[in-house]
Amino acid sequence: MISQFFISLITGIFIGGVAAYLGTLMLSKRMTLMVDPLGHLALPGAALALIYGFNLALGAFPFVVLGMILIWFLEIKTKLPTEALTAIVFSSGVAISFLLLPIEQAELALVGDVSQIGFYEGIISILIIIFVFWVIRRIYSKMVLINVSEDLAKSEGINVEKYNFIYLFLIAIIVALGVKMVGGLLTAALVAIPASTARNLSKNLSQYTLGAIILGAASSFVGILLFQITKFPAGPLIIITNALIFLLSIVFKNKEKSF
Amino acid sequence: MENLILKVKDLQVELEGERILEGLSFELKEGDILTILGPNGAGKTVLLKTLLGILPKKGEVVWKKNIKIGYVPQRLPFIKDVPLSVKDFFELKKVSEAERESILKSVGFQENISKKKMGELSSGQFQRLLIAWSLIGNPQVLLFDEPTTGIDIRGEETIYSLLTRLKKERNLTILLVTHDLSVVFKLSNYVICLNRGMICQGSPKEVLTPESLQKIYGQEIKYYQHND
Repeated sequence: MISQFFISLITGIFIGGVAAYLGTLMLSKRMTLMVDPLGHLALPGAALALIYGFNLALGAFPFVVLGMILIWFLEIKTKLPTEALTAIVFSSGVAISFLLLPIEQAELALVGDVSQIGFYEGIISILIIIFVFWVIRRIYSKMVLINVSEDLAKSEGINVEKYNFIYLFLIAIIVALGVKMVGGLLTAALVAIPASTARNLSKNLSQYTLGAIILGAASSFVGILLFQITKFPAGPLIIITNALIFLLSIVFKNKEKSF
Repeated sequence: MENLILKVKDLQVELEGERILEGLSFELKEGDILTILGPNGAGKTVLLKTLLGILPKKGEVVWKKNIKIGYVPQRLPFIKDVPLSVKDFFELKKVSEAERESILKSVGFQENISKKKMGELSSGQFQRLLIAWSLIGNPQVLLFDEPTTGIDIRGEETIYSLLTRLKKERNLTILLVTHDLSVVFKLSNYVICLNRGMICQGSPKEVLTPESLQKIYGQEIKYYQHND
């Protein structure tokens, strides 16, 4: 159906673009590593949503928020490196989802399915994304300063904890929406790859943010278009498109250097 | 006292259960250049951050009312992670183009560097830029953490002559953390020697005796003298 395809395409472009915009804020290592376990922790929620037949994003969201609190709590209590916590949280999330979900149904939770987005679901997703975009714009310069130096940000009177919380909350929303589109396993890539590509190519902040948004949206567009043609799952196609553009950016950057 | 700008009384700082600073009391007057001296791990940076109000503390830190403070951190390790141009970095503080250009000129940038990437600046240029950034909004006080770090000898001298000039032009009060004893004599009129607690305080000539240096630096200064 053309209209269904159109809804998927528009929603996909919006999610891809804003996930990439949010990704540009993951400038410090800590932040990059946060998204990965959150995506995986969304899986049990997605599994429950599939079993009881409600929206995947709605199922994923509370689990992502729970995951955020869990990682924050574990980091403070155990002082383990985030990498170790990522492994623990990742495997637990995946294991619980496989316990809940028959293996043949697991595919949807793992790689998502943007082609099943309904009309109203699409509209609501887009409205949420516009809201997320607006919030990111408002907190952007303060978040960049926090990423550059928390001390410097604090010395400017910025409430670092408050802004980090807002940022993580936005990540939770994007991860929940991303799970519907590309699945729990791939959500982190939706946030990380376009931003990394844009960073490779940009000389200033506006090139970086605009570049990431365009690349994120374009990858979703191409991925969903390829899905329509090849009937391979859209999620992996979006991520592969993203990854290919990233590889191209490395080649381009090296060429630029060699001149 | 009329021109008192900062009063610190019985300051104590504990971080993660470890006592970093204790029993610190000192005062700062308008136009002072105060140097905070001490070995690695003495709590110099912690003191600076506590004065900025970004670390928990016990005791009193009272700044003069409505005072504006500029902070120049030791380094910004994550700055290269961000594709920030000089212009972007200034815009984080919502500064106008005219103010940006005039501040950049006042710290000695003759050429237009606004479009340059932060990560491409030399360490000397970077330090100058951090000073320029801290001057946005016309602060009366500058808190400066180890300005010499990573700067070559020529650059180092320029940074200190720049500070002296800025102090005169803007009537700044400066708090400076350093390892460098020669700077203390050249630049400052008051010195605090730290090693977790207060070892000495006063004018450099009064308090920086071989005995007090021995107390601050322990083995380190012995080795230095031996080499001489």
